[in-house]
Amino acid sequence: MTNMIVIAELSKGNIHPSTAELVTAAHAFGGEPILVVPCTDASIADSVQSLSGISKIIAVKSDVFDGNDSSGWASALDSALPSGTVLCLATTRSKDVAARLAARRNISVVQDVIRIDGADLTSPIYSGKANQTVSVSGDAVITVRANVFDSAGNDGSCDISVVDASGDVKTAVQEIMQRASTRLDVSEANIVISGGRGMGSPANFAHLEAVADTIGAAVGASRAAVDTWDEIPHSMQVGQTGKTVNPNLYIAVGISGAIQHLAGMRSSKYIVAINKDADAAIFQHADYGIVATWEEALPVFQEALSAMLG
Amino acid sequence: MPTIVVLVKQVPDTNAKIVVQGDRVDLSSVKMVMSPYDEFAIETAIRHKEATDGTVTALTVGGPGSEKILKDAKAIGVDNIVRVWDESWSDLDSNALQSILSETILGLGATVVYCGKSAADTGAGSTGPGLAERLGWGNASNVIGAEYSDSVVVSMPVESGVAKINVALPAVISCDKGDFKVRKPNVKGIMMAKKAKVELMSATAPTSSINIASHSMPPAKPAGKTFEGGASASQVAQLLRDEANVL
Repeated sequence: MTNMIVIAELSKGNIHPSTAELVTAAHAFGGEPILVVPCTDASIADSVQSLSGISKIIAVKSDVFDGNDSSGWASALDSALPSGTVLCLATTRSKDVAARLAARRNISVVQDVIRIDGADLTSPIYSGKANQTVSVSGDAVITVRANVFDSAGNDGSCDISVVDASGDVKTAVQEIMQRASTRLDVSEANIVISGGRGMGSPANFAHLEAVADTIGAAVGASRAAVDTWDEIPHSMQVGQTGKTVNPNLYIAVGISGAIQHLAGMRSSKYIVAINKDADAAIFQHADYGIVATWEEALPVFQEALSAMLG
Repeated sequence: MPTIVVLVKQVPDTNAKIVVQGDRVDLSSVKMVMSPYDEFAIETAIRHKEATDGTVTALTVGGPGSEKILKDAKAIGVDNIVRVWDESWSDLDSNALQSILSETILGLGATVVYCGKSAADTGAGSTGPGLAERLGWGNASNVIGAEYSDSVVVSMPVESGVAKINVALPAVISCDKGDFKVRKPNVKGIMMAKKAKVELMSATAPTSSINIASHSMPPAKPAGKTFEGGASASQVAQLLRDEANVL
């Protein structure tokens, strides 16, 4: 039996909660995993010590994990990991690291997995318009989408061993231009509220931001909105040529539901659509549809949410 | 003078409806196009050439049908077009595809490789970083801008904002949609592309360890609830809390 290895996802120096989902995914593939925690300070591994269903924890300590260089990450992890099948979260950085680690070990990488049935792995293709199931023979590196698998329980207790590693960093950060807004990115948020051209003007996105602030959401946009208004940056675009999101709740406001847009958000757990056109395609994909202008619906929505959560 | 290679891939038009027949996607009536992010890779590659006086070669792995996107690349302004293929290849996994590419790229003597951040079919995004690892080169992904000298300084989004990163060459750079316009082919370019010759190359591919078992349509969602009028928004807010449990 090959080793199963889960690499903990790092987010702002701590372990991302979806790491617990990776443990469940590893069991679906076929075995109790070793949990590997990339870190600069091994004490962050304490937060996952009680995860159920893991055989041991290896904290791999290296300066490279402070940065984003995928060569540094992959080489440091490779030196510290046994052979086996490796799972990590399908985030921008981890997908890069997964591809490098697989290439380094001459094994295959399968990205964005949403279902695991033994060695059969299913991923969305054509931005979610279809699914593809592949059978893997031998070891592989697998990235798993967040919010798909249940989290492993919390009644374990594992020893943590600490390994020092060094990595082969090939790029150098010159400067970082800080983002003006502290708003969440659509690809990281559990709730996303997006506006389309139906918002009428970019200034009206302030109404979406107000709702977003109430419920802790990120603000996104359709391609039509991004292409029409310079004020709406491409970084907000959800869809086939923008970001693919998979939140618990997706709220589409003034978005018709073009196939381009659906491709980027259709796997959201719950979808709310607000649109004045009852025939808009988005309603066929919505769990809750509101046929109204955003001017009518958003203030009511905002007030109800504030009353419930405030 | 750098030898610049840009990777291009043929994919179904992103506006196309995808149909599964039996347990395979049926692309027979779908228009095939260059993967959208590849257009940003071509633009970034040609700008690199213009800044440093190098040459740009567009490279694809695919059958004869994929020569159209090479001609499209030629019409936009690349110098050479190369197709790598062997009739025995099918369902190449990441390991096989990257082996083919790294062998070809070393053969071309490339100093920098540009590609799209992911292809619009699989969306995997493995090729850029995986190829770089195989070649022992650096890489940067989701690049939205570049400045060229002996190295390439790229702009890419990171957790806290946008980072400028110095990437020493040789390197592989995967491009996202940038804050710039991509050039479109002009009449002269299209005429030249018609006459351009596609160079055919071969390579060795290791056996794939991944087999495509099946394609399927995503399960249809059960019909949702639809409400009329803005006042219903308060009811929807309550359902989100009490029925969906997402607030």
